[in-house]
Amino acid sequence: MSAPVLQVEDLRVAIGRREIVHGLTFAVEPEATLGIVGESGSGKSLTVLAATGLLDAPGARVTGSSIVTDGERGAVELVGARPRTLRRVHGDRIGFVFQDPTTSLNPLLTLERQITESLEAHRSLTRRAAAGRALELLEAVGLPDPEQRLRAYPHQLSGGQRQRVMIAIALACDPALLVADEPTTALDVTTQAQILELVRALQRDRGTAVVWISHDLGVIGQVADDVLVLRDGEAVEHRDVVELTDDPRHPYTRELLAARPRLGVPGPPAVDADGGVLLDVVGLDVRFPVTSATGRSFVHAVDDVSFQVRRGSTLGIVGESGSGKSTIAHVLTGLARPTAGTATLAGQDVLGRVPADLRRRIAMVMQDPFSSLDPRMRAGESIAEPLRAHRLPRDGRSPRERVAELLELVDLPADFAGRYPHELSGGQRQRVSIARALALEPDLLILDESTASLDVSIQARVLDLLLRLQAELGLTFLFIAHDLAVVQQMSHDVLVMQRGRVVEHAPAAELFAEPRDPYTRALLDAIPPERPRAALERAG
Amino acid sequence: MSATTEQTAEPTGRLSTVRVLATNPVTVVSAVVLAAVVVVALLAPWVAPYGVNAVDVANALQPPSAAHWFGTDDLGRDLFSRVVVAARVSLQVAVVSVAFAFVVGVAVGVVSGYVGGVVDTVLMRVVDVMFAFPVLLLALAIVAILQPGMATTMLAIGIVYTPIFARVARASTLSVRNEPYVQVARTMGVSGRSILGRHVLPNITGPLIVQTSLSLAFAILSEAALSFLGLGIQPPAPSWGGMLFAAQGFLSQAWWMSVFPGAAIFVTVLAFNLLGDGLRDVLDPKQRTLIESRRRR
Repeated sequence: MSAPVLQVEDLRVAIGRREIVHGLTFAVEPEATLGIVGESGSGKSLTVLAATGLLDAPGARVTGSSIVTDGERGAVELVGARPRTLRRVHGDRIGFVFQDPTTSLNPLLTLERQITESLEAHRSLTRRAAAGRALELLEAVGLPDPEQRLRAYPHQLSGGQRQRVMIAIALACDPALLVADEPTTALDVTTQAQILELVRALQRDRGTAVVWISHDLGVIGQVADDVLVLRDGEAVEHRDVVELTDDPRHPYTRELLAARPRLGVPGPPAVDADGGVLLDVVGLDVRFPVTSATGRSFVHAVDDVSFQVRRGSTLGIVGESGSGKSTIAHVLTGLARPTAGTATLAGQDVLGRVPADLRRRIAMVMQDPFSSLDPRMRAGESIAEPLRAHRLPRDGRSPRERVAELLELVDLPADFAGRYPHELSGGQRQRVSIARALALEPDLLILDESTASLDVSIQARVLDLLLRLQAELGLTFLFIAHDLAVVQQMSHDVLVMQRGRVVEHAPAAELFAEPRDPYTRALLDAIPPERPRAALERAG
Repeated sequence: MSATTEQTAEPTGRLSTVRVLATNPVTVVSAVVLAAVVVVALLAPWVAPYGVNAVDVANALQPPSAAHWFGTDDLGRDLFSRVVVAARVSLQVAVVSVAFAFVVGVAVGVVSGYVGGVVDTVLMRVVDVMFAFPVLLLALAIVAILQPGMATTMLAIGIVYTPIFARVARASTLSVRNEPYVQVARTMGVSGRSILGRHVLPNITGPLIVQTSLSLAFAILSEAALSFLGLGIQPPAPSWGGMLFAAQGFLSQAWWMSVFPGAAIFVTVLAFNLLGDGLRDVLDPKQRTLIESRRRR
């Protein structure tokens, strides 16, 4: 067997006096894929950036060794290499694809210029030869109508298409190693499935070795041959992917495997049918005007949507980005105005001018726990804000007591009231957001992707908390998510949306057992299966 | 498992703002320098060894000596005494005019940015018009209506600096108003006024503090320019800017005439800026945690 493409020995990364990556050793074999998995803060990106010489943080110190080998072109040590050496290696022998396709392309350059940049730098191709190669690459990554696309700008492409272009750029010089850092995290599930398929096909054709970083074991199972599980900068387990999923040795690996959302988990306990209808939405229609140089046009965000939610139950709303699911949440909370339709909460109109006492009966928890709390307010002040706005609680207790009670309700110690958001972890922040929403004493709680940006193990705990709160307080949930597995776990009924329209609306059990609409089926098929692909391939 | 086991940045024992400010030596030095300048300005009549306008033509254009620490000017007036007395005028003009610009400009900018729509368009066009006038022309117009003097100077500089604060406040407000925490506050039925006061204003202080310390510096220089044209502080009352301009003609014969008032402006402006930086860090809870944890170590 030939030498590994990337051989990393005792890699350590320290920032200031604090060591963040503690002596990692791993190798990436030719044509193989190493999956690096870990939760946020585990040092997975830092490790790969340091190993490839891309780490550019003030005060960072990298020690150890990282050698990239590319057939006859010899081996190069990357740790401590001079910028000149690194420039020769980056883009030529190692290609990179990062998480956010919206920001990793230059908005002012055509795709052709962005793809030919590294070809002209490393391969000294003429402009014309490079353009020809760019066309081949766009064809290889499956971009429709590649000739036209060469002259297109990034904003004219969808997120998935942009990620395809990023892959084309990374592969332009036929690198021996492709580094992919969470390349599908920002994409919809169906797009993610396409990108996974694409990378595998390209790898097969070109024999590129891949390092794939992800927080999602499901995705890693689809691409990786070996898996390195990282926690706090240390490798807790490093084994073949099939062995790792079948027989995890380290408790942390077991925890990660158990916490990942899976289809088939039983849903929430059934609710009484005699609770009646709490929320009734009829013919909701939302259009946003878009003013451009060529005139005014309308985006039809929500198109004639009707549904009912029974008191005490959860309606899951599923759809990919742009399906209009968040717009529904914004209309119900007064952040956006509908063009037509009605919505009533226990018979009272909640659109248009709504009295404060009705408004507070609908509360919302947003997706991003980092930005949905004011960075200059302590957790206690944030939770007390709705209390002050509505002069709550009205039973004579002080707001302070109520804040302590709310913190206890979401399993946080009372002294957390004095902490600022940056002193809390992502999961704790989301708990504070939930406590703030509950301060309003709402009937309906809208959860807009509220657990989507949390690590899987923390997501599992927050979901448990939500189920408990629903049982204790008799809350009704509108659970908006893109992750079908999570929706199955939480919902009594499910509404599937595509481009502003409802494509399917059925009780959860029925919908998951027997999806009727082709789009629902496509969404379900796109979920990475529980068994790693390698296991199925080996089985034959 | 309880949520508390998740990894977090541990909060520290909280210190008072002054204690935290005191951990930064640069901030301490700049605060001490500013305090000294203020004390000297207040006690000017007792600090100054000579009368401000005591003319002594026999001793004109003397270099610094034991008798005249900063030397004398073309009329033989003691420069040290004049710099000391001028401190009061210059500081007062700078602080009052910038305070005026801050209050009016930030109010206009925050309302304009948060409310948007027609209100924003109208307010910003007014600000654009004010920007379009050359500073001195605007000041000239104001002085033409009122009488030249200290109050008019402060008003003129204040008005001229207002649009800058309005622009900075509006731009910061625009980015803060779309933050999810502001949206959440709106969905919870929090009133517009409390959103502005509790969420928007605290989160735009960073750029405003930087703008304030820069403006304090420029206000001292603007006052100098106005005084030079005879529209500002009326001679023979001394101001640092006025002294600088008076020194122009003697640049080759009497370096001390420009160096000492210039040094006074330099030191004061630098102290304002460094103190502003220190304040900005302390007012940001995130920076503050860093400072506090560094201190504990």
